Amino acid sequence: MTSDLIARLGEIVGPRYVSGHAEERYLYSMDQGTMPPAAPDAVVMPKNTEEVRQVVRLANELKTPVVPMGAGLVLSGLTRALKGGIIVDMKRMNHIIEVNPKSRYAVVEGGVSQGMLQAYLKKHHPELKHSMPDAPPIATLAGNVCIHGSGHLSVLGGSHSDMLTGMEVVLPTGEIVRTGSCSVAGQWFARSPLPDLSGLFMGWSGTTGIVTKLGIKLFPSYKHNDVLVFVAEDADLMPEIISRLTSTQVAEDMTPWMTPKPEWARGFLHINIAYGAHTKKELTFKRNLLQASVREYADQKIAGFLPLPPPQKGRFLKIPSPDLARFADLRKGGGFEYVGAIMAIEKFADAYRAGLAIAEKYQVSYSLGARIIGAGHCMMFFFAYAFNRADAEDVRRASDALEATNTAALDMGGIPWKAEEPAQKQIIEKMDPETFALMEKIRGVLDPNGIMNPGNWEK
Amino acid sequence: MQHEEILHRCFRCGYCKLPGNYTDINCPAYLSFRFETYSPGGRMWLLRAWLDKKIDAGSRFAEIMFSCATCGNCVEHCAFPEFRDRLLLAFIAGKEALLEAGCAPPAVRDYLTKMQLHGNAYARPMKKSGEWARDLDLPAYSDQEYLFFTDDAGTWDPRGQEIARSVATLLRQANVSFGVIPQGLCSDGNDVGAMGETALFEELAKKNIDVLSKFNVRKIITLSPHSFNALKNDYPALGGAYQVFHYTQVLAFAMSRLTFSENSDPVKIAFHDPCYLGRHNADYASGRMMLQAVPGINLVEMDRNRNDALCCGGGGGNFFTDLLSGGDDSSARVRVREAADAGARILAVACPQCAVMLEDAVKVENLDQTLRVAEVSEIVMERVALTY
Repeated sequence: MTSDLIARLGEIVGPRYVSGHAEERYLYSMDQGTMPPAAPDAVVMPKNTEEVRQVVRLANELKTPVVPMGAGLVLSGLTRALKGGIIVDMKRMNHIIEVNPKSRYAVVEGGVSQGMLQAYLKKHHPELKHSMPDAPPIATLAGNVCIHGSGHLSVLGGSHSDMLTGMEVVLPTGEIVRTGSCSVAGQWFARSPLPDLSGLFMGWSGTTGIVTKLGIKLFPSYKHNDVLVFVAEDADLMPEIISRLTSTQVAEDMTPWMTPKPEWARGFLHINIAYGAHTKKELTFKRNLLQASVREYADQKIAGFLPLPPPQKGRFLKIPSPDLARFADLRKGGGFEYVGAIMAIEKFADAYRAGLAIAEKYQVSYSLGARIIGAGHCMMFFFAYAFNRADAEDVRRASDALEATNTAALDMGGIPWKAEEPAQKQIIEKMDPETFALMEKIRGVLDPNGIMNPGNWEK
Repeated sequence: MQHEEILHRCFRCGYCKLPGNYTDINCPAYLSFRFETYSPGGRMWLLRAWLDKKIDAGSRFAEIMFSCATCGNCVEHCAFPEFRDRLLLAFIAGKEALLEAGCAPPAVRDYLTKMQLHGNAYARPMKKSGEWARDLDLPAYSDQEYLFFTDDAGTWDPRGQEIARSVATLLRQANVSFGVIPQGLCSDGNDVGAMGETALFEELAKKNIDVLSKFNVRKIITLSPHSFNALKNDYPALGGAYQVFHYTQVLAFAMSRLTFSENSDPVKIAFHDPCYLGRHNADYASGRMMLQAVPGINLVEMDRNRNDALCCGGGGGNFFTDLLSGGDDSSARVRVREAADAGARILAVACPQCAVMLEDAVKVENLDQTLRVAEVSEIVMERVALTY
């Protein structure tokens, strides 16, 4: 069966771009997180939408699972082949198809990386930028949009899924569909005013189709950029501080962070506030607005802005920052995973305290923080735990801490983001039964053979 | 295996796959094959799995390991400062362990056998190693300031020989005092070492050191950046300490001695940084200085240049073993497309291996009508008013 599968996939994409070798089956069986390995039978790398369609049709014929994968950096094991089958690695589909500078959108193929688009815009459209996640630059745009990611323009533009303007998707049965304005007008400027079919493919963990193209919003790129760091000691103040800062509507990004290292940061709650402007005068104006919004706390001497030396400021302004990946080496063992819970802002203090308690209980190296989504509409609060992948006990501790964090997040009214397969089950338990029934109905219609990333979003 | 203690510390974040400006994939093997296994992080995890006996070392495993071009992009861009400098050393150690386990791709085995038996990759008799200089009437090394050292490709490959002759001619034109040793020197061994065959590398190096000692050589100009790297960085530990220069480093400061012909047509040229001169030895200036000294040359930069340069795919012995060829995205093919996109009419190289790799790629890409690969001294010589 496997040799037949490999041969037939080779007929579609060429033998160079399909593998059933032990090496690929091993490496694609896991990601950087704590989830146990689950190996595919084959890994295939299509070059275009038509090849994706043929792979999907073959999978239907053979009743073989299909798992779409971008850069494989989700950390929560969503691209593992839980029931074997074919991992469709999208990175050969890496063309930037269009940039529309007037309507400020870009259309890219499903394997285009964040870094590649950033470089392309810097070179060809320096007046434009897109929202980069904190993921490494090799992460794909499609993968990040599909998990409802967020990034450096999320105060300005919301989740990355909010910045989506349309999609081309190969359905589980092989049809190629388009969502948003491109399905009617040929241009990719908006998802409205049509029925929003894009929602069929975001947050579903690859169980409803394979995104082969997408349109995303672009934003003005400023000549002058700055970051302020506001520091408080009382977690209970944070929702109000965030509310005041976001009410100015000048920040592009706001990221609270709380870490035990470096030593000077221990015990404090910091908020990085990134903003930009076309002129120095405008930048000063925006800085004044931000500072004025929280001046009351400074006057009371219970919080204030941290003076930043230029090198530190430069590191905070670097997008993306390799410092975040370096957290993986905290335990000298190349691993970290986090629970990112989408939560209401007012839960900030609860989340912070829960994170500290869990880190203490499980004796894990931690980093806590959040990204504010929209004008304070919600946040992605993350609880990150580093581990040494060569130390099984250390991995187990981190895994236990993550599980406890998922439970705590749900108990606080949060929802684990890009949830691991076990956490998906926890979410389903909390979910309105009619909602889950609708999810199952939709999957049944879209994927009658149950081939798309099975094992995910199942009871 | 040496350096095995860092293997599990790789997070596979992927910074190593890209140049500093993230333009596109910059690891030759990963670019060509695209499977995660061929990325630097993939290699780290696979080596760890092999040592942990989770997977066996078969032919695929060996091809993945030996396809590393040792270009150093991963070292340059790895996000982990505590072990980034050891990435290539770990890969080379992995190859060494595979060789000890008798697990090498046939092309690697054949290459190493030729090196073992003949002292060069072309299986040619060493007594003919001076033939590249026929008709040039180059002086035998005696008391000149420099020895001119040609590598394997410069000594034996027809295109490499042309380049060696051109460089020698330009050195003479610039009144650089140098001589050659027509017999006795074998391969510098750089690529043998990069394949993990440490013992053979040391054997080749010691043979060369014996010859160089006999001639009391103090200062060496190398044709190839690979030779430059081995002689400069590895030979001292084996008893061969010299002042070593790549030819561009000597000629960059001798350009003022040249007279250029008038009415040279203006031309756009992009310089391709050789990995063993650039990333491995941090010289991004010499080749460009040579070109900028020539009237009529408009130096343009490709998106990936200097420490971000895309390797031609010939490093790590792949020039001889050809494990990276095939497919639309071999790095040589991508590189010539990039040069054409930059508007260059000439892609300048400073390494005979790069020259051969990129010239082949120009043909495959059907760019011969718009883009020419030329070695730096050839470009300069085309515009020099000869004085001898």
